[in-house]
Amino acid sequence: MTGLLPARVIGQPLERADGMAKVTGTATYAAEHPVPGLTHLHPVQATIARGRVSAVDTAQAEALDGVIAVLTPANAPRLASTEDPELAVLQSDEVAFRGQVIGAVVATTPEIARHAAGLVQVSYVEQPHDVALRPDRADLYAPDKVNPAFPTDTEQGDVPSALADAAVRLDQTYTTAWYHNNPMEPHATIASWDGGDLTLHDSTQGVTAVRDTVAPVLGVAPERVRVICPHVGGGFGSKGQPHVHLVLAALAAKAVGRPVRLVVTRQQMFALVGYRTPTIQRIRMGADRTGRLTAISVDVVEQTSRIKEFAEQTAVPARMMYAAPHRRTTHRLAALDVPVPSWMRAPGECPGMFGLETAVDEMAAACGLDPIEFRVRNEPERDPETGRPFSSRNLVACLREGARRFGWAHRDPTPRARREAGWLVGTGVAASTYPAGRIAGSSVTIRFGPDRRYQVETAAADLGTGTWTALRQIAADALGVDYAEVDLRIGDTALPPASVAGGSTGIASWGSAVLDAAEAFRDKFGANPSEGDEASGGMPDNPHTERYAMHAFGAQFAEVRVREDTGEIRVSRLLGVFAAGRIVNPRTARSQFIGGMTMGLSMALHEQSVLDQRFGHIVNHDLAEYHIAANADVAELEAHWIDEHDPYVNPLGTKGIGEIGIVGTAAAISNAAHHATGVRVRDLPITLDKFLS
Amino acid sequence: MNPFEYRRATDVAEAVAAVAERPDAVFLGGGTNLVDHLKLGVTRPGRLVDITRLPLDRVEPLPGGGVRVGANVRNSDLAAEPVIRSRYPVLAQALLSGASGQLRNLATTGGNLLQRTRCVYFQDITTPCNKRMPGSGCAALDGYTRHHAVLGASPQCVAVHPSDMAVALAALDAVVRTHGPAGQRAIPLVEFHRLPGAQPERDTVLDHGELITAVDLPAVPATRRSAYRKVRDRASYAFALVSVAAEVELRDGEISQARIAFGGLAHKPWRAQRAEQVLRGAPATAATFQRAAEAELVGAQPLADNAFKVPLARNTLVSVLTELTELTGATEPTQEDTP
Amino acid sequence: MDADITLTVDGQVRQVRVDTRTTLLDALRDRMGVTAPKKGCDHGQCGSCTVLLNGRRATTCLALAVAHDGAEITTAEGLADGDGAPHPVQRAFLDHDAFQCGYCTPGQICSAVGMLDEARAGHPSAVTTDLVGPVELTDAEIRERMSGNLCRCGAYVNIVAAIQEAAR
Ligand SMILES: Cc1cc2nc3c(=O)[nH]c(=O)nc-3n(C[C@H](O)[C@H](O)[C@H](O)COP(=O)(O)OP(=O)(O)OC[C@H]3O[C@@H](n4cnc5c(N)ncnc54)[C@H](O)[C@@H]3O)c2cc1C
Ligand code: SF4
Ligand code: FES
Ligand code: FES
Repeated sequence: MTGLLPARVIGQPLERADGMAKVTGTATYAAEHPVPGLTHLHPVQATIARGRVSAVDTAQAEALDGVIAVLTPANAPRLASTEDPELAVLQSDEVAFRGQVIGAVVATTPEIARHAAGLVQVSYVEQPHDVALRPDRADLYAPDKVNPAFPTDTEQGDVPSALADAAVRLDQTYTTAWYHNNPMEPHATIASWDGGDLTLHDSTQGVTAVRDTVAPVLGVAPERVRVICPHVGGGFGSKGQPHVHLVLAALAAKAVGRPVRLVVTRQQMFALVGYRTPTIQRIRMGADRTGRLTAISVDVVEQTSRIKEFAEQTAVPARMMYAAPHRRTTHRLAALDVPVPSWMRAPGECPGMFGLETAVDEMAAACGLDPIEFRVRNEPERDPETGRPFSSRNLVACLREGARRFGWAHRDPTPRARREAGWLVGTGVAASTYPAGRIAGSSVTIRFGPDRRYQVETAAADLGTGTWTALRQIAADALGVDYAEVDLRIGDTALPPASVAGGSTGIASWGSAVLDAAEAFRDKFGANPSEGDEASGGMPDNPHTERYAMHAFGAQFAEVRVREDTGEIRVSRLLGVFAAGRIVNPRTARSQFIGGMTMGLSMALHEQSVLDQRFGHIVNHDLAEYHIAANADVAELEAHWIDEHDPYVNPLGTKGIGEIGIVGTAAAISNAAHHATGVRVRDLPITLDKFLS
Repeated sequence: MNPFEYRRATDVAEAVAAVAERPDAVFLGGGTNLVDHLKLGVTRPGRLVDITRLPLDRVEPLPGGGVRVGANVRNSDLAAEPVIRSRYPVLAQALLSGASGQLRNLATTGGNLLQRTRCVYFQDITTPCNKRMPGSGCAALDGYTRHHAVLGASPQCVAVHPSDMAVALAALDAVVRTHGPAGQRAIPLVEFHRLPGAQPERDTVLDHGELITAVDLPAVPATRRSAYRKVRDRASYAFALVSVAAEVELRDGEISQARIAFGGLAHKPWRAQRAEQVLRGAPATAATFQRAAEAELVGAQPLADNAFKVPLARNTLVSVLTELTELTGATEPTQEDTP
Repeated sequence: MDADITLTVDGQVRQVRVDTRTTLLDALRDRMGVTAPKKGCDHGQCGSCTVLLNGRRATTCLALAVAHDGAEITTAEGLADGDGAPHPVQRAFLDHDAFQCGYCTPGQICSAVGMLDEARAGHPSAVTTDLVGPVELTDAEIRERMSGNLCRCGAYVNIVAAIQEAAR
C-alpha cells in the first residue's frame, strides 16, 4: 500500500460538523439526556486509606424524605464478576484507598441524595496505610509488562562500562508530579434498565469498550447493553475505560428499578477516575568528546495501586529517540494504598520525555553543543532497539523548521544573559514523539439512504478531537463524493463497533475501516447505488507493522520569562512543529496540537496533585487548588507541521495527533527557564519558589 | 447540604433580627463563598437571610472627602467606580486581581470581607480543623502548607485570610460599619479581622447577627500614590501567595507617609507597621525599602512548605515601593508587563 | 424546603419549583432542562456555568435559585437568534475553532459577551495600566478578562483570536 488514498476533502480546513451545537450549548453530554423517572445517586466515600468497613448506619439517611435506597456492601446486588477490583463496587467491606466508594444513596433529587450521603455513618477497622512513593523502597517490583504491552526492561551493550569510559557524563534524577486528567466535563452516567436490557448514557472515549467491559461485570450479554455518547466533554485518557461510577450507576439502577444518574463531583474525580502516576526518573548518559551519545540509561520508579496494576511506560521513549550503542531502560513499581492510576494524555511519552529531553539539554551544554545540533548528531538511522527502519522520521526537519520560525539562530547560549525590564528571558527546545499505532476491532457500515446520501456508521467517539468532521472527510474521499453527501453517526453501540479513542489511534483505525467499507461498497454497488444498498468493512491488517518503526515526531520551542525579584514565571512564546503524517483537517488538527501544548505548559508550570501521606488523599482536589493553565497563562502559541508522506503507517498516511502536542513541552519550558535563570529545575512543576533564594 | 429556610430581608433591622434570633442563621450575600461551604458541609446553617435586596448598594461621597461603600456593592462595580479608579487605585487593583469577572459580578463588599480561609483542610470535612470544628486539631500544621501563614499564626491555626480587597482596605485605613442586635459600630479594618490565637473559629470581631452595612474609605490627599501587587501560582484566577498593598507620599525624596499591608502571610490582612516606621522620614532608596521589609519580616515563622514566602514578600514589597517612588524605570505595578 | 420562583430564560418566562438548596445552575439544568450552561466544578472554579444574569456575566453554580427569583437569564442557546443564526461571538468561535470538546464553550461565549460589554463601558482589568482611561482590548486584556473560564482542551489562543475578531 504505497499509494495513499488521494486527498480531496481530506486536507480541507472544514468547520466542525458539531460546531453550531457546541457554540449554542445544544450538544447533549452524558448527564443531560432527558430520561423520564430519573433518580440521582451520590456516593459515600471511605475516609480511611486502608482497612475494613465494620458497620454502616443508614437509618438517618433512609429516614429522609425522597431517599429511595441506601446501598452498602451488605445490601448491594452482587456483580457477576469481581475480577477487576476497580469495578467491583460494594462487593466487599475492604477499603483499599481513601475516597473509595463504600456506599451510595439514591434519591429523587440530587440535593437530597447528597444530603443523605452525608448522613450515612460509617465505622471502620483501620489498618496502617502506606502511600509513600520513594525510589529507595525495598518492595519495588518489576511488572510483567508496561502499558500497554511493552517489555518492562531492556538492555543492550554494556552500560556501566560505557558510562565509566565516557568523556562527558550525566547522572541526574527528574521527577514529574501526580497529575489528574480533569476533563472539563465530569464523568457521568445515566443507567436505565428495561427488563434485562441496560441503556447507559455515559461520558466515554469508547462506547464499545464500555459495553464489552461492563457487560460481564454485570452478568449481562453485551448485546443487551447499549451505550450512547454522542459528545464527550474531554477525557484525555480518563474516559478511556470505565471507572467505578459506571458500574455503580448500573448496579443502583437495578437495585431501585428506576433510571439512575450519577455525576461524579470534581472532588470525587481525584479519587475515582484515574490519574497519572508520579514518576521518578534516574537518567544516566555518556557521550564522547564530539557529543555523540555512547550510553543512555533510564530507570523509572512509579506507583500503582495495591488492588490493580497500571504501569506507565515512562522509559519507553528513551528506547527510540537517540542512537547510542549501550542502552538500558527499567521500570519499577511501588504498589500503594492509593487510587488506581490509569491513562492520561500520552502515557509514557509525556512524563518520560520531560526527563529525557531535559537530560539531553544538560548533555548538550556539557558537550558545548547547541541543543539542536546535539540532537541532530544523535539521530539514529534505525530504531535503536529493534533495528527496524523508521517508516518516516522527520525530527530533524521539525527541529530545523522550528528553529527557523522561532528565530533560534541568534541565540546566545549563555544562561542568565538576557534581562528585559526586570525579567530574565531564555529560550529552550525539546523534541516530541508519539507512536503511530492503530487499534483493531472497528467496523464501519455505509448505507445509501433514501435522500441519496451516504450514511456512514461506526461507534467511534469525538472528545473534541474532531471525529464528527474528520471521519466524514475521509468517507467523502473514500467514496469519491462531496462532504455534504455524507452523513455520519458515531457514539452509540447500536452502530458497528469501534475501537477506543485512545493512543492517538482514532482516525487511523476508524478511518482505515471507513476506507475498507467504502471499497466494499463501491465493489458491490459501483458508482450508482440504489436506496438501501449497504456494505461494511473493517480495519485490514497492516503488513508493514512488523517491518517498520512508526512514530510521529515534533520539536517544541519555548521562550520563558522569570521575574528576577519574585521568581514568577511566564511562557511568552511556545512554538511547535510536528511531523505527524497526513493531516485530515488542518483546522481541528491545529486545535489538537495547541491544546496538547497548552496542557504541556500547564504541566510545566502548574499541575501537581498534592498527596497528604498521613491521610492518603489528594488535598488540592478541586480546580481552585489543582491549577490548570488559565487563559492568562498562555501568550503566543503556535503549531505548525511539515508535509509528511508516510506510505507505511496506514492507507490514509495519518499518524495521530491527539497526544504528541503535550510531549516535550514541559522540557522545552524547563530548558528555557534554565537558559533564562541558570537554575535547572528537574522536578515539576516549575514554580516561583524554585527561583527564590 | 442540610435543608434550610430562606428569607429575603427588606430592611436592615429585619435582617439583623432574623439572624440574631437563631444561632444557626446566617446572612447571604452573593453566595460565592457561603454556597461553596454549604455544598462542602463546612457550614450547616438552618436559615439563610438574603440581604442582597437591601438598599446597601451605593458608593457615596462622605463629607470631608471620603467615600462610603455599601455592603452590597458588587466587587466588579466597586472596581469600575470612577472615584475608586482615580483616587483609590490600590483598591481597584486589589479587587480586579481577585477571583474572576463573573464571580466579581456576584461577590459583595461585605461578603468579600467575610470570606473564609482557603486552607484545604478547612474545606475538607474529613480532616481535622480547629477553625471548622474547634478542638479537632489543625491538620495543616504538619500537612501541606504552601499557602499558609508565616506571621501571627498560632499552634491552633496557621491559615491565611484570602481576600485581596481586604488587604487594600487595611492599607487605606478603611472603617467597617455594622448594624447589630446591640446597635451600630464602626470598626477600623485593621481591627476587624483577628489573629487565630486560641479561637481560630472566629475570623473577625463581629458578633452573631451583626450586619456589615458599609465600608468607609477616608479621604486621600492628591499627592498620595498607591498600588496593589499580587503574586500567585497562576497568572490569573488564583489566590495570592503574597500580596502587597502600599500607599506612599513623598516629599523632597523623602517618604513622608507610608501605609503597607501584606496579603497571603497571615490570618488577617497584615498591616506592616514596623515597615512603615522604617519608611517614614527615610529617603526613598532601595536600601530603605530593603530595611523596611526586613524589619517587618524578621519575626516570620515559616512552615514546612512556605519558607519562600519570606523572600517573596520582601522582594515584592521592595518592588512595589520602588515603582511607587519611581526610583528606577523598573517594572509596572500591575501585571501588565508580563508577556 | 421548596420554593416557587419565576425566571426568564432565553426570553421565555418560566415558573419552576426548586429546593431552597438548588443552585441557579441546577435549576436550569436539572429542573428546566436548559443544559447550555455546563457544570464543570460546581464551586465557582471553572466558569463553565457562566450565563448572562440580568445582562451581566455570572457563574450560576454558587448562586441559589431562590435568591434570584425574577431574574432574566441568557444562555449561549439564547444568544443565537431565533432563526438559528449564531451571535457574532459564536460565529467567531466557529471561525477560529475556539473550542474542542465544547464543554467549556457556552460559558466562554457568555463570558466573552459580558466581558465585551464591560470593556466597552470602560471597566479596567488587573492588567490595565491606566485605570481611568478607555480600555484598549489587547490580547493581554482579553486573556486576563477571560481567565475565569478554564478550558482543559487548551483552546485559549483561538478563543482570544475569536474574541478579537468579534470585538472589531
Ligand atoms: C474560584 C474562586 C476564586 C476566588 N478568588 C479570589 C481571589 O483571588 N481573591 C479574593 O479576594 N477572593 C477570591 N474569591 C472569593 C470571593 O471574593 C468571595 O467569595 C466573595 O467576595 C464573597 O462575597 P459574597 O457576596 O459572594 O459572599 P457570601 O458567600 O454571600 O458570604 C460570605 C460570608 O459573609 C457573610 N456575609 C455576607 N455579607 C454580609 C454582610 N453584609 N454582613 C455580614 N455578613 C455578611 C455570609 O454570611 C458568609 O458567611 C474567590 C472565590 C472563588 C469561588
Ligand atoms: S490552618 Fe486553620 S483552617 Fe487550616 S486546618 Fe489548621 S485550623 Fe483549620
Ligand atoms: S461549574 Fe460553576 S464555575 Fe465551575
Ligand atoms: S473546549 Fe473542551 S474544555 Fe474548552
